[in-house]
Amino acid sequence: MSAPLVEVRAISRSYSMRSGMFGRATAVHAVDGVSLTIPKGETLGLVGESGSGKSTTGRIVLGLEPPDCGEVRFGGKPMAALGTAAWRTQRARMQMIFQDPLGALDRRLPVATQIREPLDIHGVGTPSMREERVRELLRAVELTPAHGARYPGALSGGQRQRIVLARALATKPDFLVCDEPVSALDVSIQAQVVNLLCDLQAQLGLTLLFISHDLRVVRQISNVVAVMYLGRIVEVGSADDLFARPEHPYTQALVSASPAPGRRSAGRIVLAGDPPNPAARPQGCAFHPRCPRAIARCASEVPALSAVGGDRQVACHLVTGAQTRDAA
Amino acid sequence: MSPLVSIEGLSVAFNGVPVLRGVDLALGKGEALGLVGESGSGKSVTWLAALGLLPRHAKISGSVRLDGRELLGAPAAELDRVRGGRVAMIFQDPASALNPVLTIRKQLCEALALHRDLQGETVKAEAKRLLDLVGIPDAARRLEAYPHEFSGGQVQRIMIAMALAGNPDLLIADEPTTALDATIQAQILELLSTIRREMSMAMVLISHDLGVVAENCDRVAVMYAGRIVEQAPSNQLFADPLHPYAQGLIGALPPLDGPRRRLTAIPGTVPDPAHMPTGCAFAPRCTLATDPCGLAAPTLAPIANDRTVACIRADASRRALLGIAAE
Repeated sequence: MSAPLVEVRAISRSYSMRSGMFGRATAVHAVDGVSLTIPKGETLGLVGESGSGKSTTGRIVLGLEPPDCGEVRFGGKPMAALGTAAWRTQRARMQMIFQDPLGALDRRLPVATQIREPLDIHGVGTPSMREERVRELLRAVELTPAHGARYPGALSGGQRQRIVLARALATKPDFLVCDEPVSALDVSIQAQVVNLLCDLQAQLGLTLLFISHDLRVVRQISNVVAVMYLGRIVEVGSADDLFARPEHPYTQALVSASPAPGRRSAGRIVLAGDPPNPAARPQGCAFHPRCPRAIARCASEVPALSAVGGDRQVACHLVTGAQTRDAA
Repeated sequence: MSPLVSIEGLSVAFNGVPVLRGVDLALGKGEALGLVGESGSGKSVTWLAALGLLPRHAKISGSVRLDGRELLGAPAAELDRVRGGRVAMIFQDPASALNPVLTIRKQLCEALALHRDLQGETVKAEAKRLLDLVGIPDAARRLEAYPHEFSGGQVQRIMIAMALAGNPDLLIADEPTTALDATIQAQILELLSTIRREMSMAMVLISHDLGVVAENCDRVAVMYAGRIVEQAPSNQLFADPLHPYAQGLIGALPPLDGPRRRLTAIPGTVPDPAHMPTGCAFAPRCTLATDPCGLAAPTLAPIANDRTVACIRADASRRALLGIAAE
């Protein structure tokens, strides 16, 4: 395994929220003690339901939002302070792709101009070199220069996401955070963009943090997958192994809830209860009210993420540690 | 057995642009039919047109029969008895389908008063029974709550309760779980299948998610650019898709287990309804297309027991599929 490009050390972030106009402010722990490492050239998939803190994690990793505690290290160095020259240089090496490409593009500018913008901002090369780079980027995302002259409204959803990808690649970043990049696309177009992302990663040696609720897409693109529940990571493991043998009861339910063509829903784990509310986090293990296997200890004690053998880490009192697994 | 609903040659055009181009579909009593296809393929428009829910400027032709009675052009009074009574519909965004300033009780009782001759206390008792049925805990107290006091999954349960108010023979569920999280989606799908079994109700499940449709439907129809291109029992469709588009859809789905493979993406994009290619609408994206494909649009023809496909290259595509399987 090569040296990690991105290291996230125990980051936490909470927001204060009022219920009603005169309600007392309560703290919402969006992210709570999350640690991640992403080796250079690899992809870490981050899955979880809405409100699990996966997008907030992505924003903190990119430095769009400061963590309350913990730190993010990029290329072995801590992130530079917001707004400094060092921060700007660092930011050019990391980019983000969002779910809604139309929202990320300016409807009143031709898309080629928008791909050029990061080059102008970071002052890369001469104007003619920038023009050449835009053409090169359009080719890289399998579009033609003719597409570049169009406005976002005249492109299809898949083409727009390619433009967003081309713009993100303009400054030759090392690291991309992709937040639900294909969730708004139809399945056939989704496959085109996923394949393109895999190809570009292989060509350019990109490191990716891939955030999605879609287990299939995450498995397709990731080396390692982390599962989040209410701001904490509950399980981490290599993508193939994690989905084949999920250990945490929540991961098991997620995998079982993912419908597959050609398989009738026999023995599906259907979780009771509502999706968790980050403002009313249960005591102990946050998952215990919905967990089919919860014991008394789960309600009082927060399980720590610990290694259970291989490269798997699980935060669950019922999944015993490496010693017992080896002994068995 | 005569079908519950039969749709023949249903076509819809908005401002002269055809969006539905001759849909034929039949649904038996108690059957679960899945309708899949990409956005803009006409899955929702088919049922909105069938129930007379499209805006007035939509031009509709063809025939939609419910138990042999024609619905297209039927008088408003008759449609009012059908909609919400015999045929109910639930949508993707349940929150916008409820009135935010009325309690759940008001809204459920309104539906019950419209479709069932119930009076006074019995209405309230029935409303409570429906909430119990769809699994809302503490139903008696929750009847007095407003929509915003429920979570997304619970609001969808309330929509299902409301749809059941008229004891429908057919429930049309238009992307009922698309806006929900995976674990909540599993809950709602389980609820729908339990209710369908208990009330022996027919269901049309409209979804872009092949997995959801495969697991919850007896039969699946695949739509592309305003037409049905393949229709088959769901286990057969997913094991052995015949239309190149159906094959493409299934190939584009990343597997959750087994070895990873490069996804077989369908090249290009869905054609613009205003500029449809002549002949088969899928031909420009099809790897098996030959010259005759560009001449005339293929009709939906039977190819095996209970299966129909609209493709003149269906035999070739089946051979190609078997060739891949033999490797």
